[in-house]
Amino acid sequence: MTYALHFGLTVLACWLTAQVLARSTWTWRSPRVAILCWQAVGLAAGLAAMGLPMALGLAGYDLPTGSALWALVGELRRGAWPAGVTALQLGLVGLGCGIGVVLFTTTLRSLHSAVRAQRRHRDLLTLVARQDPTVPGALVLDHPSAAAYCLPGVRPRVVISAGTLDLLDQAELAAVLTHEQAHAQERHDLVLLPFTALRRALPWLRWVRDAHERVTLLVEMRADDKARERHAEAPLAGALRRFAAADNRLTPAGALGLGDHDLELRVHRLLETGRPPRLLGTAALAVTTTLVALPVSLFLS
Amino acid sequence: MTRLGELERAVMDVLWDLSPGRTDGLMVREVVDALAGRELAYTTVLTVLDRLAGKGMVRREREGRAWRYQAAASREAHIAQLMLDALDLGGSRDAALVRFARSVTGTEAEVLRAALIASGEPNPPADPATPVDPVSPADPATPAAKTPKH
Repeated sequence: MTYALHFGLTVLACWLTAQVLARSTWTWRSPRVAILCWQAVGLAAGLAAMGLPMALGLAGYDLPTGSALWALVGELRRGAWPAGVTALQLGLVGLGCGIGVVLFTTTLRSLHSAVRAQRRHRDLLTLVARQDPTVPGALVLDHPSAAAYCLPGVRPRVVISAGTLDLLDQAELAAVLTHEQAHAQERHDLVLLPFTALRRALPWLRWVRDAHERVTLLVEMRADDKARERHAEAPLAGALRRFAAADNRLTPAGALGLGDHDLELRVHRLLETGRPPRLLGTAALAVTTTLVALPVSLFLS
Repeated sequence: MTRLGELERAVMDVLWDLSPGRTDGLMVREVVDALAGRELAYTTVLTVLDRLAGKGMVRREREGRAWRYQAAASREAHIAQLMLDALDLGGSRDAALVRFARSVTGTEAEVLRAALIASGEPNPPADPATPVDPVSPADPATPAAKTPKH
């Protein structure tokens, strides 16, 4: 029972940590640390969600969950009904395994469809995108709308639309390119993948949605930081503003798109220079590492 | 860009730029002639066209013992499709792209979608019977999935 309690407490602690992380603003000043924290919370929550029903089902063994699971598997393989385990308890163990399988396959399916979409996108780019001397290393799409994005992969592509070329000056373009290259280098697509997958699996769970939105924003901020290192704040903030303004000019008042609030946050963050909160960051990392260590140690012992 | 990608692009440019006014498509020989400057072998062009047909970029129709090829969708339709992906309006919820910022309005989205509809379906389902050609995929990271997206 103690083990089930441990898992239960981990789930609760994950939920609380996620609430705190979602509300904190120090995360904006060290996005990389915050992303690590979110990843740890996600991993810990997933493991604990698997472990909780398992530990309840294995309560009869009086062993840590990992060892108890092995004992149960051993007995089942010998063809004997495990002594002291009711059908309900066996069902709970099955539920725990089921949660694990669902989490794993959803992530895998998400990866598969992302790779497929990227492949299709890459094929089309090969046929219709062009190179342009003003943006070396990037591909240009001849379309008047403003877009700048990274097609991730082993050979990533940075793509800019003709609308963006018109919208931004040379310094701003350079900053945007560095921003996109940071996405590609740090494989932010893979960082986002489990969160996207989880959101798809559990669309009604608010804190999953929150986590996904937070991590999406943090990934952008991290890439902003990389661009800021190379090109200073002004061109990047300028580019963001122009993107926001391109929106305002065309949208009727009050009908702004989803990204607008995030865009404002990012501009604001670039203009006020704060030192990364080392102490808070270290503390958050320590807490979230402990969160992961708890279920892992229970499964391994 | 790989050499194969470059060839695919050259062939598509021929189909797009030479065929307006012709609805029946081009014979392989006509494509080879249009690319005369590159001195490509007939079989090379045939392979590239088959590969493009496998990806659903090109439609082919049998005429007697030969095939006629034409682009499945216009260049503008492909660009519209890419922009829909880029602006996160494609309906995909996968983390397939990472965007700098989204700058798009309802009207723009409608214009993009209208461009797609006007120029025909850009993503016709690839023929499942299309044999996988011997040319290996250009990208080692992606499995040879010839299914259309979504």
